[in-house]
Amino acid sequence: MMENAIAWILIFPLFGSVACALLGMGNKKICYPIAVLSMAGSLWGGIETLRQVIASEVHTVSYIFGGWTLDKYPRGVGIEFHADILGILITLVVLGVGFIVAIYSKLPVQDETPNKEPLFYTLFLLQITGLAGICLTGDAFNLYVLIEVAALTGYGLIAMGSNRAAAATFNYVILGTIGASLYLLGVGYIYIKTGTLNMVGIQDVIVANGLADSSTMQVAFVLVGIGILIKMAFFPFHAWLPNAYCNAPTVTSSLLAPLVTKVMIYVMIRMVLSVFGVEFSFESTMWVDVMPWLVVVAIICAAVMALAQREIKRMLAYLIVAEVGYMVGGVWIYNYYGLIGSIFHVISDACMTLCLFLGAGLILRKAKTTHFDGLRGLFSKMPLTMTGFFIGGFSIIGLPPTCGFFSKWYLITGGMVSQRWEYMVVLMFSTMVMVVLFFRLIERIHLAVSESGENLGHGHGDLGLAKEQTRFDEGPLSMLIPLLLAATVVLVVGIYNQDIVNLIEIFLSEFNLPKGEGH
Amino acid sequence: MSAAEVTVIEDIRPLIAFVAPLIGVIGIAWAGEKRKNLRETFTFLVATIQASVVLSMVPILLSGSIIEFQIWQMFTHVPLLLRVDGFGLLFACVASLLWIATSVYAIGYMRGLHEHAQTRFYSFFAISLSATIGVAFSANLLTIYFFYEMLSVSTFPLVTHMQDKDARTGGRTYLGYLLFTSLCLLLPALSWCYVWLDGGTVTMDFLADTGKVGAFSQTTQMVLLALFTFGFAKAGIMPLHSWLPGAMVAPTPVSALLHAVAVVKVGVFCVIRVYSDIFGVQVLQELDGEDWMIGIACATILISSLIALSQDNLKRRLAFSTIGQLGYVVLGATLATEQGVGGSVLHIAMHACGKITLFFCAGAIFVASGKKYVSELRGLGRKMPITMGAFMIGSLSVIGLPPLGGFISKWYLALGALDRDMIWVVVVLLVSSLLNVFYLLPVAVTAFFRDPEDDQDTGMKEAPMACVVPLAITAIGCFVLFFMAEPILTLVGLSK
Repeated sequence: MMENAIAWILIFPLFGSVACALLGMGNKKICYPIAVLSMAGSLWGGIETLRQVIASEVHTVSYIFGGWTLDKYPRGVGIEFHADILGILITLVVLGVGFIVAIYSKLPVQDETPNKEPLFYTLFLLQITGLAGICLTGDAFNLYVLIEVAALTGYGLIAMGSNRAAAATFNYVILGTIGASLYLLGVGYIYIKTGTLNMVGIQDVIVANGLADSSTMQVAFVLVGIGILIKMAFFPFHAWLPNAYCNAPTVTSSLLAPLVTKVMIYVMIRMVLSVFGVEFSFESTMWVDVMPWLVVVAIICAAVMALAQREIKRMLAYLIVAEVGYMVGGVWIYNYYGLIGSIFHVISDACMTLCLFLGAGLILRKAKTTHFDGLRGLFSKMPLTMTGFFIGGFSIIGLPPTCGFFSKWYLITGGMVSQRWEYMVVLMFSTMVMVVLFFRLIERIHLAVSESGENLGHGHGDLGLAKEQTRFDEGPLSMLIPLLLAATVVLVVGIYNQDIVNLIEIFLSEFNLPKGEGH
Repeated sequence: MSAAEVTVIEDIRPLIAFVAPLIGVIGIAWAGEKRKNLRETFTFLVATIQASVVLSMVPILLSGSIIEFQIWQMFTHVPLLLRVDGFGLLFACVASLLWIATSVYAIGYMRGLHEHAQTRFYSFFAISLSATIGVAFSANLLTIYFFYEMLSVSTFPLVTHMQDKDARTGGRTYLGYLLFTSLCLLLPALSWCYVWLDGGTVTMDFLADTGKVGAFSQTTQMVLLALFTFGFAKAGIMPLHSWLPGAMVAPTPVSALLHAVAVVKVGVFCVIRVYSDIFGVQVLQELDGEDWMIGIACATILISSLIALSQDNLKRRLAFSTIGQLGYVVLGATLATEQGVGGSVLHIAMHACGKITLFFCAGAIFVASGKKYVSELRGLGRKMPITMGAFMIGSLSVIGLPPLGGFISKWYLALGALDRDMIWVVVVLLVSSLLNVFYLLPVAVTAFFRDPEDDQDTGMKEAPMACVVPLAITAIGCFVLFFMAEPILTLVGLSK
């Protein structure tokens, strides 16, 4: 059982989803425990695999499905699960977020999508299967399949919301399909040129045959790259994201917002480092020159658009677009520290986005709105919820000791070592925007001042609200505890960043990345 | 502050001093509005514990050792390290002792005015003091940055306590300035030091890494110096001072302890750390553009004093006076001589005691009479003799007359300027003392010697005892500090 831990990661949610679909027809109530249990089992598999990966000498666990072997050259076609440190770390993020959201999901799913619980949890678990699979697979085509698994279930999960959600999903379907198709096209080119779909195999062939200057591979790189950029909602390909996430049901947005974009960043890092290789990606293409500037544009635009929003979930959606810019930038400033920052930011951004979306869900439930105008007095009404929410906010701003500070620190260090000042300046700029965004929220929650600046109430902390609106009234425990758990994770990941970074450094040590002079 | 060989003792006491208020917050929040007396007891208790823990470390320091405690490893080379040296301990003593006084004063003030949300007030007050002690005991630049940010955020609910329109404006200015400078000026400067010094292996320790920035080119050093000086905007160096008058919307205990002692002194404390322990006296004296910083400090002193003259709102007048006095502290550090730095260190203690007295008085006047403006104070001295007497003493100390504490620090600052042959700095000091006289003395003089506007007895008398006793004690403190200069300098290790 132990040696198959990596397979259990997927088996639990996969069969859990089947169980939800079959058993849920008879008894809807059984779906929630099934989802939580399969997530717990899957999380156990993830932790066990991490232990195995760290224990193994090459820091990799390889698991081959269907009895084929890797002995041939080129490696050929077959499904291999290839968990190295990067892969398993991101998998754990996926499983952890999935677990917390699964606990959280009990009441919102009942209320927002009544009578659809079996469907919802089936898709929910399949979504996790897809996302975790993306992080574990060692095969470029299999990756495409799993991206589609995650995408298709995602469409379903989002469309379960309001009518608007269905419209937003349509947008998402079109852009998502274009992205996936481009990626598939790229994989096709790779297969023609190298004769293998195995990621390690592709890299072997590129090195052995000196394919760095091959125009076929160059085209493949561009296709794969753009496909992934669309999927991760990199500005200007972000149009699908805000509508989809803020019209989706609470649980859907809490699950997808922290994970989907981040997993696609993982795919980009995987493609750049492991599949095409450092030399090919950074030396033989123009991306190093162009991407940081695109990142600058992306972050500025996303931050400005976030400023214009008057609704928490929409604002958060644009923040995600800006954060995607951070991470893409961290990769393309081409530098050891930038990559540490990027990978660490994938982890920390997932934690803090989760925290914020769970908080937004609770606010929506209690205040009936997430519009800025309905926030007054929330702090005295639900102090614990707001504390959790703001820990997420402080992390996005980058205040120590939250994890957001440390990822930002590594990204800035990376920008400084590779002397990409434009990237550093834009990081500072967006940090300031986030300060404005979150302290504007705090102001609205804390003060008794109307939009136009008039005093409300009679002074002395009178918020000008009816009595029942300021009574102490936290959300249900099944939602509050996951939020506080997420907030704790934000702090713990920050405080123990050194241990995570050590793991990332083990992963990066096999690549030949510039560290700056004297480092 | 000297990097001579010292014995390092591993001790958990600095951590206790830092954590005690945080634990106290739980008690304060638990007691809540319903058990007021219990809640205030918690505040007082925690303040006392903190002060006694801090004071218990004085003998160890005097015996020539320093105390260290590592909390955790932040980055590969950089630990979150607490270290108690003389300078840090002095600042911690000042902050924690004055917190005891303030915790008594706050009872009188907050209850006298029937303020709302007092539990929140006391909770965040405790968190702020915890962060202040954190700054005082930080051993390297990143640790200090950590607690510095903690202080910025935890004081926001205190500044916006009134929750009205003015609070919003004040709070926006406050956080806008403080977070902008710390995130956009300080963070790059920090990152620059960590990345480019010795191949990224430097911890920027205040003891071990003094003077290492000397390896940079003159221009880089100058840019770094400017980024640090302005980045620690809590020091109130012009033109980044506007947050301080803005923060005066806070209740007076906050203005008194945080915006005359803890927060602003954290700013100058950090600046002195950077000047004397990161750059070091040697490197600074060789730095060409360093005169500019002296100039900016002097300009801050003079301009803020001139602005203070024109303020009718008593708390705002005191705020601009604080900016000027902070300029003294920074000036001493920029002079980069032993006497100058000694003057700075002394001035942190002297000004803290004097200015907190003034703020206490301003608050007591407001509690007793509801008056906020200097022009309204006519004849008040006859009704509130203790308060106005203490105000007089505080004023004289800030002005710098013997036998009050403020004299000593100005004396050392002047000596420091003479060491560098900068007569014009001495002139600036004299002129600004004169300006201090012009904007501080009229307040007390009006109160004592001008007749009240109407002879009707409004039944006004002294503020509650809880307000009057602390301000009397701090006023006496101004006298005591006059005789404390030598012990303080011994503690800090500047007295030979």
